[in-house]
Amino acid sequence: MIRNINFVSSFKKANIVSILIFILSILFIIFKGLNYGIDFKGGTLIELRTESSVNAASIRDSIKTMDLGDINVKKFGKEGDFLIKVEQKKTNKSDLIPELKKTLTDNLSANVDFRRVENVGPKVSSELLESSVIAITLALAAMLFYIWVRFEWQFSVGSIIALFHDVVITLGIFSILSLEINLSIIAAVLTIVGYSMNDTVVIYDRIRENLLKYTKISISDVSNLSINETLARTIITSITTLLALVSIYILGGEILRGFSFAMILGVIIGTYSSIFVASPILKYFKVSSKTLEKEEENIVP
Amino acid sequence: MLNFTKINILLIYLTFFSISIFSTLNLQSKDNLIIDKKVNLGLDLQGGSYLLLEINSDSLIEEKIQSKVIPLKKLLKDNNLDYFDFKINKDTLSLKINDIEKFKLIFLSKKDNTVNPYIDNYRSFELDYKELSDNNIEIKFSKFGLLTINNSALKQSIEIVRRRIDDVGTKEPTILQRGEKRILVELPGLKDPDRIKKLLGKTAQLNFRLVSDNSEFGVDDLISENGEILKVSKRIVMSGENLIDAQPSIQNQKNEPTVSFTLDRLGAQKFGRTTTDNVGKRLAIVLDGKIISAPNINEAITSGNGMISGNFTFQEATDLALLLRSGALPTPLNIVEERTVGPDLGEDSIKSGIISLITGFLLVILFMFYKYKVFGLIANTALIANLLMLVGILTILEATLTLPGIAGIILTVGMAVDANVLIFERIREELKTEKSIIHAFDSGYTKAKITVLDANITTLIAAVILFAFGSGPVKGFAITLGIGIITTLFSAYFLARHLTSIIVLNNKKKEIRI
Repeated sequence: MIRNINFVSSFKKANIVSILIFILSILFIIFKGLNYGIDFKGGTLIELRTESSVNAASIRDSIKTMDLGDINVKKFGKEGDFLIKVEQKKTNKSDLIPELKKTLTDNLSANVDFRRVENVGPKVSSELLESSVIAITLALAAMLFYIWVRFEWQFSVGSIIALFHDVVITLGIFSILSLEINLSIIAAVLTIVGYSMNDTVVIYDRIRENLLKYTKISISDVSNLSINETLARTIITSITTLLALVSIYILGGEILRGFSFAMILGVIIGTYSSIFVASPILKYFKVSSKTLEKEEENIVP
Repeated sequence: MLNFTKINILLIYLTFFSISIFSTLNLQSKDNLIIDKKVNLGLDLQGGSYLLLEINSDSLIEEKIQSKVIPLKKLLKDNNLDYFDFKINKDTLSLKINDIEKFKLIFLSKKDNTVNPYIDNYRSFELDYKELSDNNIEIKFSKFGLLTINNSALKQSIEIVRRRIDDVGTKEPTILQRGEKRILVELPGLKDPDRIKKLLGKTAQLNFRLVSDNSEFGVDDLISENGEILKVSKRIVMSGENLIDAQPSIQNQKNEPTVSFTLDRLGAQKFGRTTTDNVGKRLAIVLDGKIISAPNINEAITSGNGMISGNFTFQEATDLALLLRSGALPTPLNIVEERTVGPDLGEDSIKSGIISLITGFLLVILFMFYKYKVFGLIANTALIANLLMLVGILTILEATLTLPGIAGIILTVGMAVDANVLIFERIREELKTEKSIIHAFDSGYTKAKITVLDANITTLIAAVILFAFGSGPVKGFAITLGIGIITTLFSAYFLARHLTSIIVLNNKKKEIRI
């Protein structure tokens, strides 16, 4: 199968679109903000199972009497399964959970089973947020360093811009859709960083190889050739990864849904960015076979 | 790249079998094997509670600084140092002193300094002083003084937490120190987390104090069990430290649950003396600043045995006895993080995790077969081998499998084929230009090698960072993802390559399509 799609011609259009979506994402993250879960905001989360006749409004009403501050009740998967989020109002009340259970059982006059309880204090939640930010920053720095060692600095900058692009747009979409950011989403973002990098490296590797092979051809044509040569692999790997992720999204249960959704987004954006963001940057830096030769001269004394 | 020596082949399959054989250990239902290793299920899969407790040492530090007052005053007096305006603040002492130089000399003496001892480990004094204006001095604990207090309070708390939890009798609890002020508690398969939380939330400082209108130590107004306000002397007759045992019991006459206790020798003496001298008075039994009961002293109790009643249910009596047996916590403990999963949710999670794993696996296998036919089968064989080795290594490490960990395995399934896809696609390209099939395969493997390595190392970096910074379930994800990458490299570059070489070398004549 011979593919010769002209990717380079659409670099400009794609880049404008990318920049617009990137800026839009940043605006959303700044002005609308991210919907932090209790991991990062502190508070109490309860997953409960009760009879199917109960609805979210009646749960909300019956807790209101307890004066707990901001309460969020929503359906969670099956009929009769709910997720309650209670904002941290004052210091932890140690018997909040049994009291809540009693109030609900009395007011709803139904069996209430607390299947999962998570309670994160304000101090711990700010520590978790801090360590998550450190983890993502460190991951980006480690990638930057690795590519810088394996390739030249232009490649390193290109791949890091692509990574930023992926992370920011994924978080932007989470902001737009008001999806919850919790610890597992951070795990997903870090995995996206790894995956997107993986994709970019495969194309970069080929570009480097082709630059040395065809010294006369311009970087644009080399990029185009390299993207086309690796396209089959890019698509097949994206498909197998998405097959796995979609099966988690559909069958993996409510708890993994946010995580797998973030990953699905990330794989799609990451695949796009390695072609349409990471590759054009090499062109903008005017990378050529000489760039590579210079590096080699530097290494060999 | 397609030539394997016999030793190579032997090593490859030996490695594969010896690692993947461990995965079968998980199928064993009873622990009757010589090698008792298994993948542990995380709390989110088997149900249970994760608690992070933090000691609150504020009151302890106040107490400790107050205990310095009398020795400090004595020290100053003994050295003929005049002081004025001695004040006890929350966690500092302040005073005015004329001869500051002399004070420094005494205060910072390393020899026989009982007021402000020198801590050799930290090369620091226990207390720090600060000169304010006009010869005013402020004294407080130094950084390392605080560290020492916190450290010993934390060690003691861990011990007591362990005793309380062991007493309740949960299976395989994990109790660990986390940082300078925290204790991590993991209780797998716990049925009633509220009871444990209640037990850990109580300091359980038990005091026996006389009810009296005037006492030279001063009195506290405390509310008794039936609502009356009692004046209770601040003097502590005897405290929970002197208890050597406490058990719930039923008092025969009223059929009322009580806690009977036994005192050590010193406690029995103190108790005997007080009860002898104060027959007819009331003795308040105070737990964490609240009166449990304040019975009349009818007669001297010298046996060292006593009984606490206080309108308990039997459960309450049992828990109080447990708390008294395990001893008092040096400081209150706050629960700063809690994650509890009920056992049925855990089961549901395992079920949906496994269903999505099998589905994802089948989809990938079918797709690879459709795409690469015979070589798809090789990639699929490598994938299965990969999974067996992944589970094998998890078993050897006795790693904890969490729900995100299962997601990590599924993701590995999706991404593991990438190595083979990279190689196969490369071979396809080589086949276009290379006439010799063997050469094409050979150079395909050689050329793809760097790319495969580069690509996987980046994901490995992400996994390592996740492991270092993640907590609980997320760590589980990082483990499976990271190990998955290593097994992927092995299965693609050794197993699949060997299988490919068998096909290629045995089909020299025929045309091979990939």
